Amino acid sequence: MKNLVILGAGTAGTMMANHLHHNLKQPDWQITIIDEREEHHYQPGYLFLPFDTYTPEDIVKTIEEFIPKDVTLLKHKIDRILPKENKIQLTGGSELSYDILIIATGAKIAPEETEGMKGSEWQKSVFDFYTFEGSLALRNKLREWEGGKLVVHITEMPIKCPVAPLEFAFLADSFFKHKHMRDKVEITYVTPLSGAFTKPKATETLEHLLVEKHINIESDFAIEHVDNDKKEIVDYGGRAIPFDILVTVPTNKGDALIERSGMGDDLNYVPTHKATLQSKEYQNIFVLGDASNIPASKAGSVAHFEAEILTENILRFVHGDPLKEEFDGHANCFIETGGGKALLIDFNYTHEPVEGSFPFAGIGPLRLLKESRMNHMGKLAFRWIYWHVLLKGTHIPFVSATMSEKGKHYAS
Amino acid sequence: MERTIAGKNITVNEEGYLTDFSQWDEKVGEALSAEANIALTPRHWEVIKYLQEEHKNQVALSIRRIGKSGLVDIKEFYQLFPNAPLKTATKIAGIPKPASCI
Repeated sequence: MKNLVILGAGTAGTMMANHLHHNLKQPDWQITIIDEREEHHYQPGYLFLPFDTYTPEDIVKTIEEFIPKDVTLLKHKIDRILPKENKIQLTGGSELSYDILIIATGAKIAPEETEGMKGSEWQKSVFDFYTFEGSLALRNKLREWEGGKLVVHITEMPIKCPVAPLEFAFLADSFFKHKHMRDKVEITYVTPLSGAFTKPKATETLEHLLVEKHINIESDFAIEHVDNDKKEIVDYGGRAIPFDILVTVPTNKGDALIERSGMGDDLNYVPTHKATLQSKEYQNIFVLGDASNIPASKAGSVAHFEAEILTENILRFVHGDPLKEEFDGHANCFIETGGGKALLIDFNYTHEPVEGSFPFAGIGPLRLLKESRMNHMGKLAFRWIYWHVLLKGTHIPFVSATMSEKGKHYAS
Repeated sequence: MERTIAGKNITVNEEGYLTDFSQWDEKVGEALSAEANIALTPRHWEVIKYLQEEHKNQVALSIRRIGKSGLVDIKEFYQLFPNAPLKTATKIAGIPKPASCI
């Protein structure tokens, strides 16, 4: 019997278990998935928790619920990968051999990378919303806050879900309007980028929305430290921005396991072939989701598209066929803009987000790069789709793994 | 588009970055630095040469990586090329603006 081992039972790992157990069956194959955690979190929900839109129950379920019965779930901490020996070492010393390994250990925040970020004000006036605890602490703070300077900040790229901090700023604007205290809150969006987003067309639209919502933007800000006494963030050029509440997205890094195994780049991401998702160093190791260093967005939609292509490539690898170089960096993201509206963007390695209709060319019903209520309904419906369709590895009708150029208004 | 820099016809993109590094020389670098109000010192040149070398080796440039280069720390990088050092320094060096971001 051969062994396929998946590290990490988050969005990406769980989807792979659900895809592969149909094809790699006992007695020929044993699939094992390893994760030390008990809970599976709907991470996009962290964005809504601070504004009391979702409750903790909406976004937390058990890992077991989503793992097929013929896949072995091992709840254990992983000490290291021994890629030259094709082995996984668990803490406590036990070992597991693999024929094929899938790394899906994700990315995490590393506030300790920035001086003073995890200082005396951490979770008092300095918050993150990329963890459940951070998001909940922020919710409790916002419930009682009476106003002042709210600074929404990105430390450095790349980060998971690069649109999330913008959405946070838009939702905050809407939240304080509803509480009839928008005039008491000054919102500033601080980014290391030169503009609101990483792609030019979308940046134009998003900056327009920032202006419309009276959100200040401070760009090209590379943070050096958080001053906990003066309550300001300071960049390497000496520029200081004061805050009463700082909502920051700290540096994101791959799991410490990758560093312990000596398999990562300087941010612990595993060097991965961007079209096949095979590790650049080891042929029988594949990487998907946030754990890889491919130049695609770190987002659930990307992991979903990757999983469809990786499933095919793993079956090809098993049969000794050449891998398909098919993954195009496809991402599909809703951007909440507040007031019950949202934008939708659809893009890949080579095509930036533009206006158009989705998923049916010329029809929609969703509008690309334009605010609409329908897009917002799409985003809310997505939580249901995530739990009931996406994690189970079911193909989402009409949305292909590679991006379609139809119905999109590219400049010729 | 084409423009004249240091007396030479040079192809640049809409943000003013050179699209063909073979058109770059030190005179062009000096002219571009003057436009950015920077007077180049030997220290600037060391950084510019380093960036060009990294680009040639297809290394993705980021502020973090430069901080770990052993050549300059981020603080000094900011002193040499104020405000947005990576954008300014790559433009003077005649290499593309880093796509440090997705």
